[in-house]
Amino acid sequence: MSFPWAKHYAPSNGFTKWIDERLPLPRLVYGAVGAGYPVPRNLNYFWNFGVLAGAALGIQIITGIVLAMHYAANGGVAFDSVEHIMRDVNAGWFLRYAHANGASMFFIVVYIHIFRGLFYGSYKAPREMIWLLGVTIFLLMMATAFMGYVLPWGQMSFWGAQVITGFFSAIPVVGESIRIWLLGGYAPDNAALNRFFSLHYLLPFVIAGVIILHIWALHIPGSNNPTGVDVKGEQDTVPFHPYYTAKDGFGLGVFLFIFASLIFFAPNLLGHPDNYIPANSLSTPAHIVPEWYFWPFYAILRAFTVDFVFVPAKLLGVLAMFGSILLLFFLPWLDSSPVRSSNYRPTYRIFFWVLVADIAVLGWCGGSAATPGIVMASQISAAYYFAHFLIILPIVSRMERPRPLPNSITEAVLAKKGGTSPAHTAFSGSPVPAE
Amino acid sequence: MASGNTLEIPSQHEVSTHGAHPEGEPRRRDFLSIAAVSAAGVGAIAIVVPLVNQMNPSADVLALSTTDVDLSKIEAGQGITVSFRKQPLFVRNLTPVEIAEADKVDVKSLRDPETLEQRTKGQKNWLVTLGVCTHLGCIPQGITSGEDRGQYGGYFCPCHGSQYDTAARIRKGPAPKNLAVPDYKFTSPTTITVG
Repeated sequence: MSFPWAKHYAPSNGFTKWIDERLPLPRLVYGAVGAGYPVPRNLNYFWNFGVLAGAALGIQIITGIVLAMHYAANGGVAFDSVEHIMRDVNAGWFLRYAHANGASMFFIVVYIHIFRGLFYGSYKAPREMIWLLGVTIFLLMMATAFMGYVLPWGQMSFWGAQVITGFFSAIPVVGESIRIWLLGGYAPDNAALNRFFSLHYLLPFVIAGVIILHIWALHIPGSNNPTGVDVKGEQDTVPFHPYYTAKDGFGLGVFLFIFASLIFFAPNLLGHPDNYIPANSLSTPAHIVPEWYFWPFYAILRAFTVDFVFVPAKLLGVLAMFGSILLLFFLPWLDSSPVRSSNYRPTYRIFFWVLVADIAVLGWCGGSAATPGIVMASQISAAYYFAHFLIILPIVSRMERPRPLPNSITEAVLAKKGGTSPAHTAFSGSPVPAE
Repeated sequence: MASGNTLEIPSQHEVSTHGAHPEGEPRRRDFLSIAAVSAAGVGAIAIVVPLVNQMNPSADVLALSTTDVDLSKIEAGQGITVSFRKQPLFVRNLTPVEIAEADKVDVKSLRDPETLEQRTKGQKNWLVTLGVCTHLGCIPQGITSGEDRGQYGGYFCPCHGSQYDTAARIRKGPAPKNLAVPDYKFTSPTTITVG
């Protein structure tokens, strides 16, 4: 977005002037993430996670390309080629653990990013398109992560491929044909492994493309902020560079610190030990579970155990699981409250935290064995998940009485600092650093 | 038409002879556009079909063979797993108790109603099924002794908790169908050929 007070790019020497007149790429960067992009001054650390997600994608692409130089996508040698990377390739163990844990870091960061949006109403007008593109990225991420997990061709890889392609066989009439088409056979085998490799390589670049649209859409209205109040004037913003490049850089440092701790000290903490057993098409591991970032959706899938009218339980589970994500596409229209930030929505705020707890319970259920107690817990929490979006949210957004909003971002910032003297709220002319 | 009056509005007939056309009717030239776009559409589909179809099973996968199973070593109450078309095949020798238990069930009450008689080929003790859960394709436990056979004494799928009875019929859990019985026949009293 360019607010009227956004600084314009001025080439500083003959060379940049020559470039600017032919291909104004530096001008584009300056206006997109440089000093020419004014951003609300009150962003808190939850606004770091977009950049962190971008960094995580970058790490995955770079380590992924490197791993693909040593990996062989064939059922006979795939598992061994990964062990070859671990033992023989220079720093191969590091790159492999970085890629595997990088996926977990990517999902942690993206889940916080999503919950940030839910809490601060970042999906509301005029930012619906950013949200829709974000949900699309999330779906692509899950497809990519699934296919990547298949590649080592361990037990969890094989049986994950069997189960997830099995989702499609629930579709009436054409389901089984779709499953066979996806696998290129009647069970996961070389054909499936080979094509998953090709698609696992392709999809990250599709994600990168959608991220460009995501950022483009973000730059039309500009960032939301913790108050949810629109930018009113220059005193409400600071230039992205250096204020937020520095803050994002600090956040990135913390991210890399945690990431490095995982790689070096607990590289297998988030993985499943059964994936160190080569794929065996004649034996399913007794405790098969997906990766942790799929647990909530897996719990919803498993919550459906009885047929309803003419719809078999299997189809119901698959519909509910996909529905739980597709539902998010409608979120901007399910929440009709004009107030964005939950800081000023006392009732919604309670239900937001109940939803977070509910998803945590779903995740815990999805990671546990399907005992009757766990199935019942996932049924209740799955029902609540849908109730939150389809019933509670529309009602709350109509009934709730929001707290009074601050007149401007600057007023909110100064009120928080305890100083509300008019001298501070006046247009200062020069940007004020973010808190 | 009167000569010398060049401003007179031409009649409908004169317009059509000059290539223009009456309001709302397609022109000959519109057909050209439709034909060109249609040809491009057909061409695009012709390109997409092989791009999609290359993912369907290839000739080597389709060249499926049959599998022979020797039954002579399987005692009553035992079962074995054989690989058939890259999928597990369960061959179980049912005990008289298990047969009685399967026959006792009211078939109409089942999700996928079938008698043990219908699921076997003449010899009710030989239960031959694919070991692929009809839910999402995991291998149910229970064929090897010591494994969890579920509350109906047949098979138990660990992935999503489906329970099968002694005739491998679905009794509980998310699976919609009984374990599939493949095409097979007895080629000798102690050998079956599957496929």
